[in-house]
Amino acid sequence: MTPATAAAVPRLHTKARLQRDEVRGREVLLYPEGLVGLNPTGAEILGLCDGVRSFADIVATLERRYDVSGLERDVAAFLDGLAAKGLVLYGP
Amino acid sequence: MDPKPLWLLAELTYKCPLQCPYCSNPLDFAGPRFQRELSTAEWCRVFVEAKALGVLQLGLSGGEPTLRPDLEELVRNAHGLGLYTSLITSAYRLSKERLADLKAAGLDHVQISLQGADANLSDEIAGTASYRDKIAAYHYTRELGFPLTVNVVLHRRNLHQVEALIRLAESLGAERIELANTQFYGWALHNRDALMPTKAQLAAAWHVVERERARLGTALEIVWVLPDYHEQFPKPCMGGWARAYMTVTPAGEVWPCHAAGGITTLRFENVRDHPLDWIWEHSEAFNRFRGDAWMPEPCRSCPRKAQDFGGCRCQAFLVAGDAGVTDPVCSLSPHRHLIDAVLAGEREPAAWTYRAAPASRALAAKG
Repeated sequence: MTPATAAAVPRLHTKARLQRDEVRGREVLLYPEGLVGLNPTGAEILGLCDGVRSFADIVATLERRYDVSGLERDVAAFLDGLAAKGLVLYGP
Repeated sequence: MDPKPLWLLAELTYKCPLQCPYCSNPLDFAGPRFQRELSTAEWCRVFVEAKALGVLQLGLSGGEPTLRPDLEELVRNAHGLGLYTSLITSAYRLSKERLADLKAAGLDHVQISLQGADANLSDEIAGTASYRDKIAAYHYTRELGFPLTVNVVLHRRNLHQVEALIRLAESLGAERIELANTQFYGWALHNRDALMPTKAQLAAAWHVVERERARLGTALEIVWVLPDYHEQFPKPCMGGWARAYMTVTPAGEVWPCHAAGGITTLRFENVRDHPLDWIWEHSEAFNRFRGDAWMPEPCRSCPRKAQDFGGCRCQAFLVAGDAGVTDPVCSLSPHRHLIDAVLAGEREPAAWTYRAAPASRALAAKG
């Protein structure tokens, strides 16, 4: 179910797990037989995907935190990419 | 940056109640080289060293890993380190209670093999009545909330069932089905004449895979491991020798892949004698084919070398007799005729030898 809508509540699929990768100094998303290396922004977005916040909430939180606007497209592109791999689900 | 491993395959034991004739374990798995299995404490040390080295994904395999009574303790330790742990099992006599204990210990993912889409064929290929246990265990994994991979090794005798296998995995609620065409190492190489599919079989199965992928989307991921003898170019084996992957065998030898121990011209080190990071960084076996300086022609000047890394070193050794030449599967290899000779003509289906300890000892004695 992509792409993200404002009201959609993104959450990680239960098969995926966020993990610190100390050796390479980054966060990674681990899942069966695979992994995705994350940059700090990606890790922050996924950290906000708590199954409660809506997509619009997450964008607003990030924009407030960094005092910027117009993050919606970048956040949507990132989450839609993971949704296409079945790692992020959009719920009501 | 020097490559660091992401993946560790821990082969906990080579004992197995199944007898699949395509097993990738060494032919001499029952011989002295693999007898003295690592202890719980030794495996836990391996996991700590692997994590420090950069490993994030741990496969617990074998043989049959559930035969280790300390499996729960091993999972608990690996999970505590943050490793993503996958159990790779036949599910023979695997109870729901055992799976629940493994879940509580932190196991992340379960991969259960299947030999065919129905009990008759699956049990015949496995050499052991195990289909019922597998189906039961698939349901347990769903009830316990595990992500599930169904793994099927494909060959001449079961390629016609690809559609039924995909439908079965779908009905079981699996996340993934791995349709792994037989790669010819270990027992599979020994049984190659009995297992080798025809070109027509592969084409029909691939057609089904393409259609089912379009139908299922992300609902069921269908992994198709290429039948490399039938390809024009070699597989990018392990993503390159000693770049991201290592296997630790039951008695502690460390290999760059689960078949590498068959390369008799290399010396492999043991976790009982050296720390894992030393083996990864300094041992002869891991450095021998790392990077591309070792490559002969036609790889050396080939633009594909960054893509396929010269193919598989084990296959070069097993088919062409030299681990340092281009994978003979490659259409540019001077040894490609050896592969073509295997594929030439329709063969009479040969009988296979089941993977079992008495056969292993007999083959080892024969040399």
